[in-house]
Amino acid sequence: MFYREAGDFKTSYKDDNQTFPIRLDRMGYYIVMFVAFCVVPFFVNDYWVNSVFAPFLIYAIAALGLNILTGYAGQVSLGTGGFMAVGAYAVYKLMVAFPDVSIVIHVLLAGGITAVVGVLFGLPSLRIKGFYLAVATLAAQFFLVWVFNKVPWFYNYSASGQINAPERSVFGVIVTGPNTEAWAKYMICLVFVVVLAWVARNLTRGMMGRKWMGIRDMDIAAEIIGVNPLMAKLTAFAVSSFFVGVAGALFFAVYLGAAEAGESFGIAKSFLILFMIIIGGLGSIFGSFAGAAFMVLLPVLLKNVLVGGLGWPTDLAAHLEFMVVGGLIVIFLILEPHGLAQLWRLTKEKLRLWPFPH
Amino acid sequence: MPEQLLFAIEVTLNGLMAGVLYALVALGFVLIFKASGIFNYAQGVMALFAALTLVGIQQGQVPFSHLINAIFGTHIHHFPWQVPSIIAIILAAGVMVFFAWLVEKYILQHLIGQPDIILFMATIGLAYFMEGFGDMMWGSEIKTLDVGLPQGLNVAIDETTYGWFGYGFFIDNLDLVATLVAIVLVTVLVIFSQYTKQGRALRAVADDHSAALSVGISLRFIWVLVWSIAGFVALVAGIMWGAKSGVQFSLSLIALKALPVLMLGGFTSIPGAIIGGLIIGVGEQLFEFAIGPMVGGATQNWFAYVLALVFLIFRPQGLFGEKIIERV
Amino acid sequence: MTTDMNADSYVTEDGRTIGPVVMDLKNITLRFGGVVAIKDISFDIREGEIRAIIGPNGAGKSSMLNVISGFYKPQEGEVYFRGSKRPQMKPYQVAQQGLARTFQNIALFDGMTVLDNIMTGRLNKMKANIFQQAIWKGKAEREEIENREACEKVIDFLEIQHIRKTPVGRLPYGLKKRVELARALAAEPSLLLLDEPMAGMNVEEKEDMSRFILDMNDEFGTTIALIEHDMGVVMDLSDRVVVMDYGKKIGDGTPDEVRNNQDVIDAYLGVSHD
Repeated sequence: MFYREAGDFKTSYKDDNQTFPIRLDRMGYYIVMFVAFCVVPFFVNDYWVNSVFAPFLIYAIAALGLNILTGYAGQVSLGTGGFMAVGAYAVYKLMVAFPDVSIVIHVLLAGGITAVVGVLFGLPSLRIKGFYLAVATLAAQFFLVWVFNKVPWFYNYSASGQINAPERSVFGVIVTGPNTEAWAKYMICLVFVVVLAWVARNLTRGMMGRKWMGIRDMDIAAEIIGVNPLMAKLTAFAVSSFFVGVAGALFFAVYLGAAEAGESFGIAKSFLILFMIIIGGLGSIFGSFAGAAFMVLLPVLLKNVLVGGLGWPTDLAAHLEFMVVGGLIVIFLILEPHGLAQLWRLTKEKLRLWPFPH
Repeated sequence: MPEQLLFAIEVTLNGLMAGVLYALVALGFVLIFKASGIFNYAQGVMALFAALTLVGIQQGQVPFSHLINAIFGTHIHHFPWQVPSIIAIILAAGVMVFFAWLVEKYILQHLIGQPDIILFMATIGLAYFMEGFGDMMWGSEIKTLDVGLPQGLNVAIDETTYGWFGYGFFIDNLDLVATLVAIVLVTVLVIFSQYTKQGRALRAVADDHSAALSVGISLRFIWVLVWSIAGFVALVAGIMWGAKSGVQFSLSLIALKALPVLMLGGFTSIPGAIIGGLIIGVGEQLFEFAIGPMVGGATQNWFAYVLALVFLIFRPQGLFGEKIIERV
Repeated sequence: MTTDMNADSYVTEDGRTIGPVVMDLKNITLRFGGVVAIKDISFDIREGEIRAIIGPNGAGKSSMLNVISGFYKPQEGEVYFRGSKRPQMKPYQVAQQGLARTFQNIALFDGMTVLDNIMTGRLNKMKANIFQQAIWKGKAEREEIENREACEKVIDFLEIQHIRKTPVGRLPYGLKKRVELARALAAEPSLLLLDEPMAGMNVEEKEDMSRFILDMNDEFGTTIALIEHDMGVVMDLSDRVVVMDYGKKIGDGTPDEVRNNQDVIDAYLGVSHD
């Protein structure tokens, strides 16, 4: 009854262009932001950050990235894990080589390096389309992981083949390494997420986003009305890889602290992120968050209920998780190809008319 | 002959036989793709599931025993019997047919007319589901699969080549059997699709769904049929790979090996799948043999993909695929 | 009043000014393998006029349009645009030169709203780079608002205000055609190509569309080249007509000239071979 656009008049195109055109949505957004920045940091402990918040926020960045490529530009990629590895190893090399430079700059640079690698592997997208391209991106996945395993320079010749994040701080607060406090981990991830989500929103609502969606919906028509397909696809690969690279860098430096390419950034990671955007919603910023939250919470929930509550062995719970995830993917694709985001939109549309639906 | 060359020949032969197995998996993909336009990512997991089911039936495992034990606190695991290999194979094939029917009824039916890429992602979901389901049903421990296929060094070849070159080639009997089986299977499939009524219907459906429907071909029947055949091919592939290296999760990864084979051969071509499989089998073995030691080895992980990728840039439709014509 | 149609520019009976040649096609031949789709065709399009290309099914009209918009590359012949020879170009480069078009089987972006679809028509007018767009504030936002205003004019003109925020996929056929026209018009093209703008429409919708085409030409001075099946519509709308049959040009001139051309009559009504 209160969720209305009535009385909320738009008097300029600028007002009409805003992200949350309905007043209640805007308020909701401000409340979420307030809670995220001013409430949560005071209450989080290690368990919550490590099992829920940090993975959720970092995966949300990766999902945003993949959603730009797949959901907006229509190019399916199965190489997300490999690109995350690029971000992780890039930030590691930078951190070790330039210890005095801020970690924030390192993470952004790692994103930039990943963007370059992404463009390289995106080049074939001009010639090959659809699942041919999807399979081709697997080449990136396998090749990149292999490179990071086999070329000792990338892991600084460490005996274990692992990379370990040295201790770095931002404004005097330690954010990487084993001595990081829970709230600091949470905050650095949160800041990156909020800024990147804002960037993603800006890019997708402007001309860049329209070009991407044009390529997605009908590439030939898009080219004929003036979209340069190579540029549109490559920018999608670049921006997407930047996001994924930043996610990989944070995943290694802030969340894991130590990583090994095959284990942390294998093909399972690629699928995980793909599932996030399918379940969350292709072509939706909100969907990237919803999907990331869902895929992070589901295993935690299953584990707590089945293993903790019913006393099942962990491997059985893991098998059930596979079945549930796979089943959900199929169900979502059948019933609601636009994912949780679409369900949310439909609910809001119903709510706008409630209680008089006609 | 110089020893290096003999090594290379031996590597090539082994590569050829690995290629036959890749081709076998790729064949399952091509069949489904031709008849339904679906790129079935779950093909590899189907092979794993088929092999798991075969072993389970053969050894008289109780299905879902882990789950039952967890819920009821019981300790059941095996029935007090063993099933002969041949009967177990027939039963496993039956399970695959039943599975094909389920997939058609509960998934494909509801996705008719969706974009190809949605169908592709649905099969990824299916693959995950089956992986969990297979493990839940039969347990996830590594199992040995033995249906009485000969294994180990083929002595005759070893001795003959030793007689010729002074160097005996190491060829595994199982690879020989697999090659023979693959040849028979491909021949049967080609005969089936070219010379039988169902085969004609299958090709008609592949050409144009609605046109096929309008002349009275049942799409449902064809889809169940082709998924059954793909299930059977998966079973054969599962037996071969399972006998070679045990039935375990990694078996499902052969699907990942088959993908570049398809890209190389073209998604719609049976000869393409076979030749693509052989090229990749030989190519990756030779590459690992010649270049691998210089770059740290394990190049098989990516060689096939990079080869296919480079190839596709120059010929996007693959070796034997139909040329893509774009119109507005 | 007699008009000299060969002059550099002249005024039509209804008072519109027809300017010099915008696009000149010389000896175009297009083959697909062994099939000759277009055989040695030459004609020109003048500024401000409505130029129709007609012909029976399979005459090569759509191929001709695709040659003009750069989607097909002819094996022989030259395309002159504003007096200079057009080099080999990608379709998007042709669009940057000021060509816009609609498609026979509507090619809208189904996942976007009507407004976003129309905004894509303005993409060559918006110059903010990717970093400016990422920040949004500043140039990107300014451009967005300026171009939105231009799009709103087109939306008003084509009377589609009510569906502005509707996803295109939900619209009925007739409206989709109109949105597609809006997208092309939003580009402020120097030459607008319409591929069967009235295919599959009922009489009322055809009348609406005819009115839009005439108004566009009249108010904005847009040069239009169109393909159409409906002879009545073509004869009423266009200043000059090219008639094609089996990839060859069999007539070219004012509607009246074409109507009385024996070859054209034969092609349309059939000719007895005895």
